[in-house]
Amino acid sequence: MMPDRPPDESGQLAVASHLAPLRRFTPARIGLGRAGSGQLTATNLQFMLDHARARDAVHAALDFETLGQLLREQGWRVARVHSAASDRSEYLRRPDLGRRLSASGRAVVEGATRGDDIAIVAADGLSALAVETNLLPVLDCLRPLLVARGRTIGPLVVVEQGRVAIGDEIGQLLGARLTVVLIGERPGLSAADSLGAYITWRPMIGTMDSSRNCISNIRPAGLSPGEAAAQIIDIIEQAFAYGATGVRLNDLRSTAPGLRTIANAP
Amino acid sequence: MSYHATVNGTRWTFADLKTLLAKASPARSGDALAGIAAQSAIERVAAQMALADLPLKTFLNVDLVPYEEDEVSRLILDGHDQAAFAAISHLTVGAFREWLLDARTTTSDLAALAPGLTPEMAAAVSKIMRAQDLIVIAAKCSVTTAFRNTIGLAGRLSTRLQPNHPTDDSRGIAASLLDGLLFGVGDAVIGVNPATDSVEDYVRIVTLLDEVRQRLDIPAQSCCLGHVTTAIQAINLGAPVDLVFQSIAGSEKANRGFGIDLSVLAEAHDAALSLNRGTVGKNVMYFETGQGSALSADAHFGVDQQTMEARAYAVARRFKPLLVNTVVGFIGPEYLYNGKEITRAGLEDHFCAKLLGLPMGCDVCYTNHAEADADDMDALLTLLSAAGVTFVIAVPGADDIMLNYQSLAYHDVLYVRQTLGRRCAPEFEDWLRKTGLTDADGRLLERPASAAIGPAVALIEAMEA
Repeated sequence: MMPDRPPDESGQLAVASHLAPLRRFTPARIGLGRAGSGQLTATNLQFMLDHARARDAVHAALDFETLGQLLREQGWRVARVHSAASDRSEYLRRPDLGRRLSASGRAVVEGATRGDDIAIVAADGLSALAVETNLLPVLDCLRPLLVARGRTIGPLVVVEQGRVAIGDEIGQLLGARLTVVLIGERPGLSAADSLGAYITWRPMIGTMDSSRNCISNIRPAGLSPGEAAAQIIDIIEQAFAYGATGVRLNDLRSTAPGLRTIANAP
Repeated sequence: MSYHATVNGTRWTFADLKTLLAKASPARSGDALAGIAAQSAIERVAAQMALADLPLKTFLNVDLVPYEEDEVSRLILDGHDQAAFAAISHLTVGAFREWLLDARTTTSDLAALAPGLTPEMAAAVSKIMRAQDLIVIAAKCSVTTAFRNTIGLAGRLSTRLQPNHPTDDSRGIAASLLDGLLFGVGDAVIGVNPATDSVEDYVRIVTLLDEVRQRLDIPAQSCCLGHVTTAIQAINLGAPVDLVFQSIAGSEKANRGFGIDLSVLAEAHDAALSLNRGTVGKNVMYFETGQGSALSADAHFGVDQQTMEARAYAVARRFKPLLVNTVVGFIGPEYLYNGKEITRAGLEDHFCAKLLGLPMGCDVCYTNHAEADADDMDALLTLLSAAGVTFVIAVPGADDIMLNYQSLAYHDVLYVRQTLGRRCAPEFEDWLRKTGLTDADGRLLERPASAAIGPAVALIEAMEA
């Protein structure tokens, strides 16, 4: 992604050569060189391309037909629903609608099997690519861990135009003791494929974000499916032990319920 | 009580004070989302006219968020300084605008007024101001704070170096940190947003930042932006904590959404002070705010998002912070839809906070689901620098790979120093020169001394991941 061309023929070359070896430690855009106070033409255009790519990712639609088929092939009972946000444009302006089921979606969930321990919800969120890339691998790792601990899993509810809090309504309708919402996170310039996992004890409509735990950055170049599943199961087991998630679960892995965390939640 | 304005024979009525403030707010998506925005451009101006005629004293008699059930309202009213307010107590909101603009109103007048102002008064007057008013008055304010260097002196612009890494890898953080130092960035704070909020991670990150600071002898402060309760635990474990961070908002309910209240902030403030790590000052807190945070927690009480934002500054100033910044373009298009709304909000937040006596900075930033781009950020940075913004945030190549949004690039700091002549904190400026990164005039050298880079690279290579 970064251009390998040396910045210029002056002292900036020396700076870049010092920093080049450090690039292996981070995907951040370090050692870019400069033209006066500005960026070099190549890095400037690369940045604009990456922004264009992220903009396009935000507006891409998830192929729910194919996803549902793949999940059924893996043995999941799938319930497909839509949020109350009718399209992407309304979804972006009205997060309140993305947090609630449409009337037909509510009817689907109400008709599903109730009373399992855990409701798993998969939503497109702000990145269809994240769900396409990471959902199945995470579920493959997570399911045996849940089964091994004797936790029963309800139908997998797949949500179109969904936000994190839609898991509260779904979990409440299913009578689940805990929800895991797997959702596409907002695309960044370097990563448009990051999945987030939000875990909520005793989900109900109106649950505050500080009552959840979050594991973010699940993607091939970030947190692996295996690591993510291990962290999710760890939080689930603590939630069952203490009867809480979020700040009330004052454990060592709870997420910071700061502005940045909450604003980042799709 | 209702408020009125007559425009071309049409009488406009606003049912109560919060309705008047909401309708008088320049347009933004968050107020529309809340269902409280003006329904037309004329209604907005009518509300601004009614607001301009309102005596400032009104804000001392009318609760926007009920006093009985909100500790932020109690903090604002119980802490109000009547003597300081006396200078403007006879003015309407409109006359207050002119008083602020008046050349005879000096920097020291504004500093003396700050404790007599409530956030609602500052928000109200900002709503009838143009961008240039917000800039020229903020530029007249002077707020100075200190820890290991001095922030906010005249003609200065400090910067937060934000070397985030998606998995908090120590060498990854250090690599971005070094890259920023080579641009002369980091005098406000070297601050990492952690990927998790475990105490172990927090302790590892502050220890790493402190080690780099000590090895390179940097006169600056560091911070891990974990939750305030995590910071308290880390301090109890003996971790080297310079600044304690927390996100804050403008109502008790919204703050509860962040898992905090005033008493836990006071506990954290005391814990940080007890370490006595500041060398030139004792401002130990760092806060972030942003329009829309109260609404997103359903904790706005029907009050517009800009007024709720200003109320967060009352929480901030209670704890004499070293730094405060709005994360203006971060919270998303449902609150600030595009570059125009982000720009306006950035100037408002900076103005209100400065008027209330805070060392206000800004994360000049946008997300990929907002209608904004790098051109909008260049414009906002330029405007805020003209307004005397205390500090801005910068990351490698404008790309925050942990929080997935765009802040400023380290380069952008050079741009504003070159264009507007703003310099960094004096202690840090001396260090840059001594280290061989800048010349006698504070300009970055094209070819910095190898001795300035080599040891830092070696330090990073030797670190454990």
